Amino acid sequence: MRPQDILLPVAAGLCCKPGGFHIDPVRPVERAVITHGHSDHARAGHGAVLATQETLDMMRLRYGENFAGSTQAIRYGEEIRLGDIRVKFHPAGHVLGSAQIAVTCKDICIVASGDYKDAPDPTCTPFELVPCDVFITEATFGLPVFRHGDAADEVKKLLASVALFPERAHLVGAYSLGKAQRVIALLRQAGYEAPIYLHGAMEKITHYYQSRGIELGELRPVKGVKKAALAGTITLAPPSATSDLWTRRFPDPVTAFASGWMRVRARARQRGIELPLVISDHADWDGLTATIAATGAGEIWVTHGQEDALVHWCQSKGLQARPLDLVGYGDEEETETPLADEAEA
Amino acid sequence: MNRFAELLDRLAYEPGRNNKLRLITGYFREVADPDRGYALAALTGALSFKHAKPALIRDLIASRTDPVLFGLSYDYVGDLSETVALMWPKAAMAAHNNPPPPTLTEVVTTLRTLGKTDLPKQLERWLDELDETGRWALLKLVTGALRIGISARLAKTAAAALGDKDPHEVELIWPGLSPPYLDLFAWLEGRGEKPVNRDPAPFRPVMLAHAIEETDFAPLDPADYIAEWKWDGIRVQAVAGRDEHGHITARLYSRTGEDITGSFPDLVPSLRLPGAIDGELLILREGRVQSFNVLQQRLNRKAVSPKLIKEFPIHLRAYDLLGDDENDLRELPFAERRERLETFIGKLDDPRIDLSPTVPFASWEALTAARADPASAGAGDDADAVEGVMLKRRDAPYLPGRPKGQWWKWKRDPHIIDAVLMYAQRGHGKRSSYYSDYTFGVWTEGAGGDELVPVGKAYFGFTDEELLQIDRFVRRNTTEKFGPVRHVVHEGDKGLVLEVAFEGLQRSPRHKSGVAMRFPRISRLRWDKPPREADRLETLERMLKAEAAVVEA
Repeated sequence: MRPQDILLPVAAGLCCKPGGFHIDPVRPVERAVITHGHSDHARAGHGAVLATQETLDMMRLRYGENFAGSTQAIRYGEEIRLGDIRVKFHPAGHVLGSAQIAVTCKDICIVASGDYKDAPDPTCTPFELVPCDVFITEATFGLPVFRHGDAADEVKKLLASVALFPERAHLVGAYSLGKAQRVIALLRQAGYEAPIYLHGAMEKITHYYQSRGIELGELRPVKGVKKAALAGTITLAPPSATSDLWTRRFPDPVTAFASGWMRVRARARQRGIELPLVISDHADWDGLTATIAATGAGEIWVTHGQEDALVHWCQSKGLQARPLDLVGYGDEEETETPLADEAEA
Repeated sequence: MNRFAELLDRLAYEPGRNNKLRLITGYFREVADPDRGYALAALTGALSFKHAKPALIRDLIASRTDPVLFGLSYDYVGDLSETVALMWPKAAMAAHNNPPPPTLTEVVTTLRTLGKTDLPKQLERWLDELDETGRWALLKLVTGALRIGISARLAKTAAAALGDKDPHEVELIWPGLSPPYLDLFAWLEGRGEKPVNRDPAPFRPVMLAHAIEETDFAPLDPADYIAEWKWDGIRVQAVAGRDEHGHITARLYSRTGEDITGSFPDLVPSLRLPGAIDGELLILREGRVQSFNVLQQRLNRKAVSPKLIKEFPIHLRAYDLLGDDENDLRELPFAERRERLETFIGKLDDPRIDLSPTVPFASWEALTAARADPASAGAGDDADAVEGVMLKRRDAPYLPGRPKGQWWKWKRDPHIIDAVLMYAQRGHGKRSSYYSDYTFGVWTEGAGGDELVPVGKAYFGFTDEELLQIDRFVRRNTTEKFGPVRHVVHEGDKGLVLEVAFEGLQRSPRHKSGVAMRFPRISRLRWDKPPREADRLETLERMLKAEAAVVEA
């Protein structure tokens, strides 16, 4: 049996014929196995969904009770049989509940890692290295210019700016699932104890994180707070809101954006960001290449992102590698639905 | 170096002037001598060393990385220094030993004396030692491409703020100072005496005028004022002084105090009498002042060739005298300074320097008439280079900055057209939530009948209230979005007409319309006017021909 007989890219996503399921399908399918809760990976309308409890909860929060025909929760380290296939979930270190999915048929093991990062994150279980024969890796930051450094240093930059401009509000654009909570947790780790304000679109998911035992300190909705009272404060908001009418409620706001893309100056400038914070929930170049090498896989399938460079790197190390050409996945920050212009969220 | 890099990095993203000042002052407070002094030198453009060529940087990265990966990365990032800074793989040795990164002082002093052949090895060592931002700043510094939107004036103002001093005080002593400015910082921090400017030809902060409005005239008495033509050239200060050996040093400064002597070597021999002239730089051909467009052709050149000097002969038209030999005249009333100036120019007797004539007038009506027709009011053939009149109080001393009620500028009416709003883009900084940058167009005959062709962009001229109105209009009438740009409805009977004022027109192959405006701004919103009644491209072309006639005549 060849690896492509086990997992094959089709229009709906990565299909496992012998197991009768798709991984992170972009179209409605009968059985979906889902790596994590971001909207480009976890969509509504499937027959049956297998995912971690956290991922299922997040889908419910986003899509409502009836987001799938039926659901089944699986724990990290737990194995389930689907036809001739064994499926096992391992932590991916991307966001709360994110998983890599190891698909084994006879003696061939393929790991579909979804989105992952090997950097520490106080809001989710650390990435686990899973030895395998074929490793399916993302390539969001698959260029050697992306080296993300220590996120704690970026948060120090934010706090230094708050100290320097005590009369201004600091607005931090961050994806509402995962990034926002990580930034808050990092601020708390750095000793910042003041209340942190939240854009309305952040509240539900952030409270869910708290309900799962993630310590985030005192959080307040920014809605209804007087302009003057926001001087010297930090507010987390979806990236699209930081350049909108909504910002007029803040005193002379400093616009920050927490994203791996902020490593490249032109990207930050394009968005009119004043304080770029290089904080990523994806592995950087060093993380990708180190992980690929450590899995011991002889064959690497590369998906969503800068496939060319990563495929080239793998080949230069004597590994078999090819791009998967899956469509429908992107960086969440780029695809998050912008708010309606006049919305007062 | 890493701390300096951090400052540059933050400055590059910060749009607000006051916030930039705070960042720079904060840096000066936090960083010790001599590093902060070299930072001040870098920000004011006072550092000089031979710059590294981009080819050298390419060779360095080629020796360390896979060419395919570099190519893909460079395509993505688009900037050589930044690509190299981001992907530079530290040498194993460096990563292991973790040597301390160089200080800014070390970088600057080493670069000053380093031979060309030693440069690559040295750069490699530093790149290994610095962090990403440090590498970026280093490469920007050594390639001489430190473009971060900071003027020398702003950096000096930030230094002055360190000691709560007036920036003018720093400006006055600046020409006598040199990096790393230990004496300056000692004074600013109250640890030392104020440095004395021993420069024989120092810059003096300039006095500026307010634009006069109709309502300003009522309380003014014409007898208190002297009027001059306002020339459409460049405001400069030409200073000559004797050094300790009695030799003459001459310098030409811009109104912000930048030394621009190097661009006008042809004027230097004429500055042979010690003194400080405030005046206008112009191009004169056969005794006639040329338009600003002609002057601009000389300004845009990097190298000053003999051909350029011959084709664009430079001229100084003097209107004030701030110093006469050793004497500081700035405390004297303007009328007295004017007399001293006339004597000075007479004594100098140089064809390249002449006196800006005064415009006699007895009433505001007379001056209004002169302003409307400078040619018959004494400006003669030079009338086309007159952009209005200046009013200066006879008793006003020469005060730095823009003191109220002393000097007024009264420009001629600008060109005005009605154009249609076509695209709107978000502004920056405080305006980032408003659509405040507008592209406007005029009608022209197209393949399928009349169509609008963009003729310019403006982002000021309107009031805050008007900004809100336009912003609302843009949001409600967007037909398409391209990234930050909104395509706003612009049809014959649907759209917004903007009255656009501008100072001049030029042919421009870069614009689809073939014309470019100088200094365009929104002067009025014409809610009353249907777009179909806006101006046509032919109107602009006629204006352009009229301007060209002036240039060639």
